[in-house]
Amino acid sequence: MDFNDTPEEAAFRAEARKFLEANCAPKSGQRQQPESSESDYLKKAKAYQKKKAEAGFAGITWRKEHGGRGLAPIFNVIFGQEESKFDAPSGPFAIGLGMCIPTMIAFASEEQKKRYVGPALKGEEIWCQLFSEPSAGSDVAGLKTRAVRDGDDWVINGQKVWTSGAHYSDYGILLVRTNPDVEKHKGLTMFFLSMKTPGVEVRPIHQMSGGSNFNEVYFTDVRIPDAQRLGEVGQGWQVALVTLMNERLAVGGSPGPDYAEIMELARRTPSPTGKGTLLQDQAFRAALAEWFVSAEGYKLGRFRTMTALSKGQTPGPESSIGKILNANRLQDITNAAIEAEDHFGIISDESLAPMEAVFQQSYMWAPGLRIAGGTDEILKNIIAERVLGLPQDVRVDKGVAYKDLPTGR
Amino acid sequence: MNFDFSDDQKSLKDQARKVLADKSSIKAVRAVLDRKPGAPSYDQDLWKAVAELGWLGIAIPEEYGGVGLGRLELCVLAEELGRAVAPIPFASTVYFATEALLLAGSDAQKQKWLPKIASGEAIGCFALSEGPGAPKPDAITTTFDGSALSGAKIPVADGDIAHFAIVLAKEGAGTSLVIAELDGVKRSEVKTLDPTRGHAKIEFAKTKAERLGKAGEGWDLADAVLDRAAVLLAFEQVGGAQACLDMAVDYAKNRYAFSRQIGSFQAIKHKLADMYVAAEVARSNAYYGAWALSTEAPELPLAAAAARVAATEAYHLASKENIQTHGGMGFTWEVDCHLFYRRAKLLAVQAGGPGVWKEKLVRRLELKNAA
Ligand SMILES: Cc1cc2nc3c(=O)[nH]c(=O)nc-3n(C[C@H](O)[C@H](O)[C@H](O)COP(=O)(O)OP(=O)(O)OC[C@H]3O[C@@H](n4cnc5c(N)ncnc54)[C@H](O)[C@@H]3O)c2cc1C
Ligand SMILES: Cc1cc2nc3c(=O)[nH]c(=O)nc-3n(C[C@H](O)[C@H](O)[C@H](O)COP(=O)(O)OP(=O)(O)OC[C@H]3O[C@@H](n4cnc5c(N)ncnc54)[C@H](O)[C@@H]3O)c2cc1C
Repeated sequence: MDFNDTPEEAAFRAEARKFLEANCAPKSGQRQQPESSESDYLKKAKAYQKKKAEAGFAGITWRKEHGGRGLAPIFNVIFGQEESKFDAPSGPFAIGLGMCIPTMIAFASEEQKKRYVGPALKGEEIWCQLFSEPSAGSDVAGLKTRAVRDGDDWVINGQKVWTSGAHYSDYGILLVRTNPDVEKHKGLTMFFLSMKTPGVEVRPIHQMSGGSNFNEVYFTDVRIPDAQRLGEVGQGWQVALVTLMNERLAVGGSPGPDYAEIMELARRTPSPTGKGTLLQDQAFRAALAEWFVSAEGYKLGRFRTMTALSKGQTPGPESSIGKILNANRLQDITNAAIEAEDHFGIISDESLAPMEAVFQQSYMWAPGLRIAGGTDEILKNIIAERVLGLPQDVRVDKGVAYKDLPTGR
Repeated sequence: MNFDFSDDQKSLKDQARKVLADKSSIKAVRAVLDRKPGAPSYDQDLWKAVAELGWLGIAIPEEYGGVGLGRLELCVLAEELGRAVAPIPFASTVYFATEALLLAGSDAQKQKWLPKIASGEAIGCFALSEGPGAPKPDAITTTFDGSALSGAKIPVADGDIAHFAIVLAKEGAGTSLVIAELDGVKRSEVKTLDPTRGHAKIEFAKTKAERLGKAGEGWDLADAVLDRAAVLLAFEQVGGAQACLDMAVDYAKNRYAFSRQIGSFQAIKHKLADMYVAAEVARSNAYYGAWALSTEAPELPLAAAAARVAATEAYHLASKENIQTHGGMGFTWEVDCHLFYRRAKLLAVQAGGPGVWKEKLVRRLELKNAA
């Protein structure tokens, strides 16, 4: 075991820091982009991504033929560590580069990879993930949106929901049902398409935290060529698993207050016991210790995963642990902070609330993190069944044709 | 033993639920949530209706224009108001301002304010906090000089619409509880996590005010008002937690995933069972608080703290796990889960956060079990 950078890693870290100092502002308290300036934010994000690609910091682990740098995963971690110290606008690319493009690389034709991978890496084109539907979220294989073959084309009708970033995305990967007469997992097929294809309509969803980061996407007689199919007809679930495996790696550190902010709040705030500050309060100190071991356990666990990766092993379902820990801890910490602020904790005005209301804002965002990318309950089932080898829950959907499944409606 | 509400009290509860379902539909709550800047931060029609029904004066003696029933009736109403996330300044006016007047007001002060409260003419508020963290008697900076009040209070629930405020202020070396009319006093609305209730910063500048009770008694009086309010707020919290549980159970029966009702998954079953257990623990503690409040029992301080701690935990759990049970739907603005998540947080801090109440609880327990 050795936590020191190798000479090669140290050189890379220095290079990354130099790049970040030249191209990003240092971290400010402001975490969420004000809605009015989303287009400004996107412009800024695209410009940053372009510089990142030019400097060789986009697709660090991707093969050179795809515009990547072909480095080991640890270099990705190093860049992430350094980038997190800055106010880097990389959010809009997380789904595309983390999930969609890896799926394209695995299943698209050589010609298509040449056409799409580069522009995505340079931030010229943004991608979204069109999987979830109103009646198929956790059970995404139960989705309804239909694609029917018509000559060399497919005609698509149906609806997706919760599609993050669909309103500013250029392309999306789309999971649809091509055969309702077989078991649900066997009748799916994956495609990619331009979000500007006629018949695609994006409607923003107003989320409980106030903004509109995700959308409903409607498909009405949308026609796309068979050449935009990823994988074989009926193999959509196998393709989707590649995307979802990458999601586990993509959903990394969580947004929200960092330790410096938590400690600062605790130092400034009188304790609920009436004696000293919150930081001197025994109950708060005990909670702080628990948050610390949970956060460190996650962080260090990722190092173990990275080490395994660098030895050529693939990350297993154990990486599901991260999101459960991070999302719940975020909800706990922000709740504790609001309660400790006492009457004042209800104030969410950035100019009045301590630390520019980062605790209040994150409190409203945390419930979404517990749901997005697999709910707490689904991730725990994955740990129980795939890691611990426990038997599956009773399945009433096995061996039944999709069209005959009970849906409650 | 008879540890339950009477039949009359239960029928009052049924009536309240019907009225609130009718007048304070979630649509009315949302009208306040989505209001334009400058629009009133409460539902004026509902306020009028509850005044006409006599709810505002239910615990006010008849000689002061009230209905002259007891606190048990008030508890019953509070639970229903909590369930409905009612967008009216009921807590500020009734649990805080009215209780303070009944506890410490002179006959003249009661004559002046209580009839107006009972009729719905006067909205009150309770101004304690001045900054982040639990208030302390020696940290209060708002001052009262015997006739005028100066200094800023923030946040004050319903301070944006109130006609008068009960204020904790420094007077000489100690603290006093005072009452001030808010006509002409500088107030600015403050943005909070729960826009279904208004909040303000109030800046007093030599504002005319009168003391409630004696000079130097302010902190103890405020503590006594908070104990009373804690029991009543606990009922609102229990009502809110119950509403979340009902929503979640209903959704779990009707939503399908993997071709099963999600309520057939044990992860969901146990989650809902945990919410139920917490709500029942809170309810029983709240009932005991109601008994102590209505009988002026010496057990009130401990019972109030227990009711408050249990109810805050139950509503927090229920409001967040109701969202979780709803999956993506729960995270939308259109679905009502977040109204409860917001209100749960407001009620958790409105009379002081749970850390403060846990400390009070244990201190009172120590006193009771002194060596
Ligand atoms: C902020 C956010 C961003 C998102 N972005 C995207 C996106 O870009 N693209 C996309 O395709 N989707 C996206 N999603 C959708 C997300 O993947 C789904 O919301 C999620 O998988 C849950 O599905 P659901 O909403 O249908 O809830 P449901 O599946 O209906 O779940 C309801 C409840 O039942 C529980 N449950 C379901 N099945 C089981 C089981 N077998 N055992 C125990 N409990 C169970 C769940 O845990 C949950 O508590 C996003 C969601 C959010 C909140
Ligand atoms: C102190 C004690 C006193 C007892 N007294 C009596 C008595 O007076 N009379 C009498 O008849 N019996 C008595 N019992 C027995 C008791 O009722 C059983 O032990 C109990 O019902 C569990 O059954 P089991 O031991 O077969 O465990 P199992 O049923 O095999 O359970 C093993 C584990 O699986 C879990 N489990 C089982 N089914 C489910 C499910 N559907 N969902 C989720 N989890 C599940 C259990 O919670 C447990 O963790 C007593 C047991 C104890 C420990």
